[in-house]
Amino acid sequence: MNQTTPRSNTPAPAGGPSKSDSPSGAVVVENPHEGGRRVGALLHWMGTPVARAMAALLLVLVLGTIFNANGSFFKIATQRDTLREVSDYGILACGMTLVIITGGIDLSVGSVLALVGVCFSIMSIHWGWSAWIVIPFSLLIGAAVGAFSGGLVAWFGIQPFIATLAMMVFARGLAEYISGNMEVSTAMANPDGTYHYVPVPAIFQSINSSVLGGYLAVVTVILMFCAAVAWLILSRHRWGRYLFAIGGNEEAARLSGVPVVGAKIGAYMASGLFAAVAGICQAAQEQQGDPRAGIGSELTAIAIVVIGGTSLMGGRGGMGLTLLGMLTIGYMEKILSLNAVPDAGRLMLTGVIIVTAVLAQRRRE
Amino acid sequence: MDRPHDPLLRLVGVGKKFGTVEVLRNVDLSIYPGEVHILAGENGAGKSTLVKIMAGVYSDYTGTMEVAGRQVRLSSPPEATAMGISVIYQELSLVSTMTVSDNIFLGLFLHRAGFVRNKAQCDATKRLLAKLGVQALPEQRVGDLPIATRHLIEIAKAMSRNAKVIIMDEPTSALNVQESEKLFALIRSLKSNGCGIIYISHKMEEIEQLADRITVLRDGMLIGSVSAAELPTPKLIHWMVGRPMEQQFSRRAPPTGKEVLRIERFCVAGPLRRHKPLVQEVALSIRQGEILGIAGLEGAGNSHLLSGLFGVYGRRATGRVWIEGKPVRIDRPVHAMQQGMALLTNDRKATGLILPMSIIANITLAKLRDFSTAGWRRTARETRAAHEIARALRVRANSLRMEVGKLSGGNQQKVALAKWMLLNPQLLLLDEPTRGVDVGAKREVYELMNQWTARGIAIILITSEMSELLAMSDRILVMHRGRITAEFSGSRATPQAIVNAAMAPPVEKEIPS
Ligand SMILES: Nc1ncnc2c1ncn2[C@@H]1O[C@H](COP(=O)(O)OP(=O)(O)OP(=O)(O)O)[C@@H](O)[C@H]1O
Ligand SMILES: [Mg+2]
Repeated sequence: MNQTTPRSNTPAPAGGPSKSDSPSGAVVVENPHEGGRRVGALLHWMGTPVARAMAALLLVLVLGTIFNANGSFFKIATQRDTLREVSDYGILACGMTLVIITGGIDLSVGSVLALVGVCFSIMSIHWGWSAWIVIPFSLLIGAAVGAFSGGLVAWFGIQPFIATLAMMVFARGLAEYISGNMEVSTAMANPDGTYHYVPVPAIFQSINSSVLGGYLAVVTVILMFCAAVAWLILSRHRWGRYLFAIGGNEEAARLSGVPVVGAKIGAYMASGLFAAVAGICQAAQEQQGDPRAGIGSELTAIAIVVIGGTSLMGGRGGMGLTLLGMLTIGYMEKILSLNAVPDAGRLMLTGVIIVTAVLAQRRRE
Repeated sequence: MDRPHDPLLRLVGVGKKFGTVEVLRNVDLSIYPGEVHILAGENGAGKSTLVKIMAGVYSDYTGTMEVAGRQVRLSSPPEATAMGISVIYQELSLVSTMTVSDNIFLGLFLHRAGFVRNKAQCDATKRLLAKLGVQALPEQRVGDLPIATRHLIEIAKAMSRNAKVIIMDEPTSALNVQESEKLFALIRSLKSNGCGIIYISHKMEEIEQLADRITVLRDGMLIGSVSAAELPTPKLIHWMVGRPMEQQFSRRAPPTGKEVLRIERFCVAGPLRRHKPLVQEVALSIRQGEILGIAGLEGAGNSHLLSGLFGVYGRRATGRVWIEGKPVRIDRPVHAMQQGMALLTNDRKATGLILPMSIIANITLAKLRDFSTAGWRRTARETRAAHEIARALRVRANSLRMEVGKLSGGNQQKVALAKWMLLNPQLLLLDEPTRGVDVGAKREVYELMNQWTARGIAIILITSEMSELLAMSDRILVMHRGRITAEFSGSRATPQAIVNAAMAPPVEKEIPS
């Protein structure tokens, strides 16, 4: 370049005992292919979060093949039911992944699910509105509630745990208020105290059906769509990168021009939106809007995310991991119920398995 | 060898791998009582990794380690402490939410029947801090202290453990000359007490001043271990980088262009009303192609001035600001970036980098808008740009997809710098740009600064290294307690004059702009 940077590559030091022959000081910016190191690379891969999440899932599947309940574990219908039963939780976990990656948490999703389920049922059953209006409206309610929690967190700096705990209580109360604390079903009360039944709206039936000759539930298709959206956001969109940056180091992100407030509100809003989708699916499957639906489902969603290997500290994780976590939890529940493990034992075992999976995920350093 | 003592600590044939990457290969090292042993090498040579092996952080290494003639394999830092090995880590390891005294006694609380003896701890801390001349109270929260003070506390913590072997991994990277001198005095007294000291630094003057023995690593391999007299600085640099290199560096100042930034009556208020202002009534101006150095001791407010200009303090910063002659108001970092400013902060771990993200993601973070269409990221373009700038700054990594947190300290610094360079700013605010960067790469950074100013970029430079300040600045301002107290043209400045102005300002008078 010029006189100030001598770039002559004189050989190794004359006096110094040099063990390196290469003209060093060079930059190894990328080591493209490490030819004969396949085994090492494989070992290295085994240490990655994806590999560990897969190992946890594999372990559960092996348990399933052992305790296969006279072969019913291998039936296709079992696979379909497993996926269907875990779909609502999986949808909640999509939004939860976005929030947890920012280093936050959203405890309100179970209540939002119930609130939206109730509103969805009232609009479609009682008021007889068309699905084309009801669905956007329901999604809007979820997104609005999420954006409100996000505002509390990002604008007012309230701890995510506290802000969404408050929202969890509030939204549950609102759901009970709107529904009069009763299931919103097709059984309509007459003035004289008797009931008459109105037909189940078409949208309920189509969500509660299957495709591919009955081998895939519609809710599972909806889950796959939600997961794809969340995956695109996290790995292809600028906003996803911002979420990781905020979770990794919020102050450094702000100093790099990341719109921290907007990105965070967006994450909680997305979580509310996914909770609304789950609420719609849940109500359609139950054929009623239950103000007590989804109690504790926020914890299942968090468990799915964490078992997958997304860090509760924020900044690390991904949607693929969450899907693996979802399958792990889903199959585990299925195996326990196929083997008719009583509820008490099931709960205790679930606790044990969550801890085991998280311990297996922990990065060694 | 004619040594009267056995080594305090000895490593034989040590190797270490991270995954498939071998970062240390067959390294030998012996530390004798009463000597300062310099560990030298480029960024990523494996120095900190070696330190962490001696400190018990990594136990999965090959080779052996002996302490006082006995072979040991440490599996945790407390074991190392118990063996009399004490470490000052390169990246701060203090708990920022705890007080100074709690940090110093962390893990070894003074207690009576399980209850912490807070009073006794505070008294001991006070004595320790006084000995090092640290300006902090035992009850203060570490997170509230400036970075140099935090480094001094980290040093005090290591000193409090009465160790036989003290390892210092770039302890002075955030300290100014006076603070470093106090540390060196302490090192000399430790030496005369028979301690062995391992000292890592990229500052050649320090190595010349302290070294009894020097060990050089390159690419994880031992290049040699000789007494300091046999390794004058030019030869040391040759061993480190593998080719002869001039240490001297010259600034090529281009003719200056039009004014890029002018500020008047610029103030930054303290976090609370009752606090003293951090910056008071500062006026300055800088032109295209100019490098303006700002000197000052800790607490002088020069870092706050840069952060304030960049909008970090929001409305706490007041005053009038013109950019290219137009009055502007900057409340947020985004505004500053839109005005063509970039700020490299002085604490890469806390405010510079997103450690769990990849190198590419960090480098492109500030410019992500330009790398995406309608919000969707253009991965290929991102990768290409990151590669280019990483190559220009000689970032050393196995892959640019590696987490930044796993890079060596100096390479992290280069990534932080790369992020702002990619933005192609008009005004570059650099707070300690070469902190922890090795000699070769330092020259590379200076060379880049020459190139940038030749393109018309203006640079404001803060550095605790006097030689860097004098070599690179065209003009130097000195600050004291938030005010500008002196101005020198680059050729007229001497270290003594700068230090005098920084310590004892002339009578309180406003400097007319
Ligand atoms: N946890 C880790 N995982 C993978 N690689 C790592 C990890 N820690 C360090 N490395 C790699 O090991 C090499 C040596 O790093 P080390 O921190 O020891 O360098 P150093 O000599 O201290 O450099 P510097 O002068 O920049 O501080 C680097 O290439 C770094 O990328
Ligand atoms: Mg290091």
